[in-house]
Amino acid sequence: MEWTRHLLIVPILLPLVTGALLLLIDELRHTAKALISLASCLLLVGTAFALMRIADTAPETGSALSLSYAVAGWPAPFGIVLVLDRLSALMLALTAVLALAALIFSMARWHRAGPHFHTLFHFLLMGLGGAFLTGDLFNLFVFVEVTLAASYGLLLHGSGAFRVRSGLHYIAINLAASLLFLIGVSLIYGVAGTLNMADLALRLPAVPAGDRGLLQAGAAILGVAFLIKAGMWPLCFWLPSAYMAAAAPVAAIFVVLTKVGTYALLRLTLLLFAPGAGEATGFGGPVLIWGGMLTITFATFGVLASQAMGRLAGYSVLVSSGTLLAAVGMGDTAVVSGALFYLVSSTFSAAAFFMLIELVERAREPGADLLAVTMEAYGDEAEESEAEEREDEEVGVVMPGALAVLGVCFGLVAILLAGLPPLSGFIAKFAMLSGMLNPAGLGAATATAIPGQTWLLVALIILSGLAALIAMMRTGIRTFWAPLETIVPRVLVVEVAPILGLLALCALLAVQGGALLSYTEAAARTLHAPAAYIQGVLGAAQPGGVPR
Amino acid sequence: MELTLAIAIGALTGSGVWLVLRPRTYQLVIGLSLLSYAVNLFIFSMGRLRLGAPPVLGPGGSGNPADYADPVPQALVLTAIVIGFATTALLLVVLLAARGLTGNDHVDGREPR
Repeated sequence: MEWTRHLLIVPILLPLVTGALLLLIDELRHTAKALISLASCLLLVGTAFALMRIADTAPETGSALSLSYAVAGWPAPFGIVLVLDRLSALMLALTAVLALAALIFSMARWHRAGPHFHTLFHFLLMGLGGAFLTGDLFNLFVFVEVTLAASYGLLLHGSGAFRVRSGLHYIAINLAASLLFLIGVSLIYGVAGTLNMADLALRLPAVPAGDRGLLQAGAAILGVAFLIKAGMWPLCFWLPSAYMAAAAPVAAIFVVLTKVGTYALLRLTLLLFAPGAGEATGFGGPVLIWGGMLTITFATFGVLASQAMGRLAGYSVLVSSGTLLAAVGMGDTAVVSGALFYLVSSTFSAAAFFMLIELVERAREPGADLLAVTMEAYGDEAEESEAEEREDEEVGVVMPGALAVLGVCFGLVAILLAGLPPLSGFIAKFAMLSGMLNPAGLGAATATAIPGQTWLLVALIILSGLAALIAMMRTGIRTFWAPLETIVPRVLVVEVAPILGLLALCALLAVQGGALLSYTEAAARTLHAPAAYIQGVLGAAQPGGVPR
Repeated sequence: MELTLAIAIGALTGSGVWLVLRPRTYQLVIGLSLLSYAVNLFIFSMGRLRLGAPPVLGPGGSGNPADYADPVPQALVLTAIVIGFATTALLLVVLLAARGLTGNDHVDGREPR
């Protein structure tokens, strides 16, 4: 079992090597690049699921909880460690599956729309993998920067005035957020003297009272940086335009970028400010709950007010962000478990929505797909000569009955976003609401009083689902029923397949929800027992895990 | 020395924030650069200010940590400078592209009416 330890570095090294290798291949060799890229992505999916299996075999209590990997062999508090637990393995698997779908979608046309698409894509995956695995605060900064640098390039992929303008805003906001990140990290280092997350959790209770204010200021500044990335109101104004401007496969993979901020907040609040952390217990919780509720409110109005579908999708990403932040702020085991399930389900459905939008918009804008119009007008003779011309543009099997398939997909996405049965969106919301309303567990004899803010959050989550349903129905009617002359969009199988795949995964999550829910419950329980995480990371250096 | 450094960081941050809030893309770049200088100095100061203390062990060093400056913030600053440099260069390219595509240097791509 010794070699499996080295699997932990694969989600970072594999995309790095692939990205670098693709840089050397000539831009004109599209097929070769796409095949290498796809093979690497498939390997990544396999690795992620293997890691998830390894993480799940770990006992829920005890010292051998998390698998850690000391990079370059330096022991834990001095060198950088990669840490695998159920949460990071889940995030890795989510990213890998999403990346596979986005990559397959991009192969219809987008990967040829500009230089180095595959390279940037793999560097993005490398940054995400590193951010989910690292156990060191500054290393987290580095990987987040790698992710962002690649995302700047990807956002601009395809060019155009709108992309460049929203790219400019996106880059400026994220540069400012990175500076806040640095200030927060250095303040924490200045007070606690360590950057290793596990070591930090050990040292925090011992920080003298005089330095506590400085430490909390550092944590708060760090939190603001993460909240900008997660898109909490009022720090989220850049998000809908940026996601709307991005090319469809890029927007699909960007959905997971907001989850990086959520992941970091979840990991750090439960590790550093867990019960037992002295005065700092529960630090920042109320901010997350109220901020999350404000985000849901803002995004719900945004969903209702959106005219363009891209903006609607951007705001629905914000709704899920707000829901997750509020759930993280509540910090209850059952709520966090439901929230992790919701994270998987909402990421898949939002990504499927972003890819679907591009296909649906082809039916709405006559100018956008002139080729399809000319093909209809000139009939079969012209089709052959045009087919040769177009060969360079789009290669692949055209989807039959495109409009019907798109309509069904749109309906499924609407059900997922609104959180209606029978798909996984319902189970996710139900798991969260059940955790909120039964803090003592289902069937507990003593009914505990539920605070008013929880009722407010429950109401907001349900109302945001209603708003999503209204907005999606309105858009669906306008797109699929109302037009008198519908242009049947030319849709390739390779474009519909990833959408259908993601939606099928959501259906599978609904049918086999128990498996994932028991996994997320175990993940939430381990998150709430940070002592095991700390011992798993520092175990070799400190057998007893005694604070110094 | 502490006061000088604090004033320097404060002045850089203040000018940087003011410039970032201005509407021209050039002001944005200079503002972000000033802010990143301020942050780099700030990280450096988090390792405590010391004069004449080397951060790395030299030949014949005493091996006593009290004789050395904290090397970690200096390493962090180095990384932060490199990353800041690269992202600012990328931002410059985007600014030029925006200038070419929209024909003006307003951050929103058009002059307010």
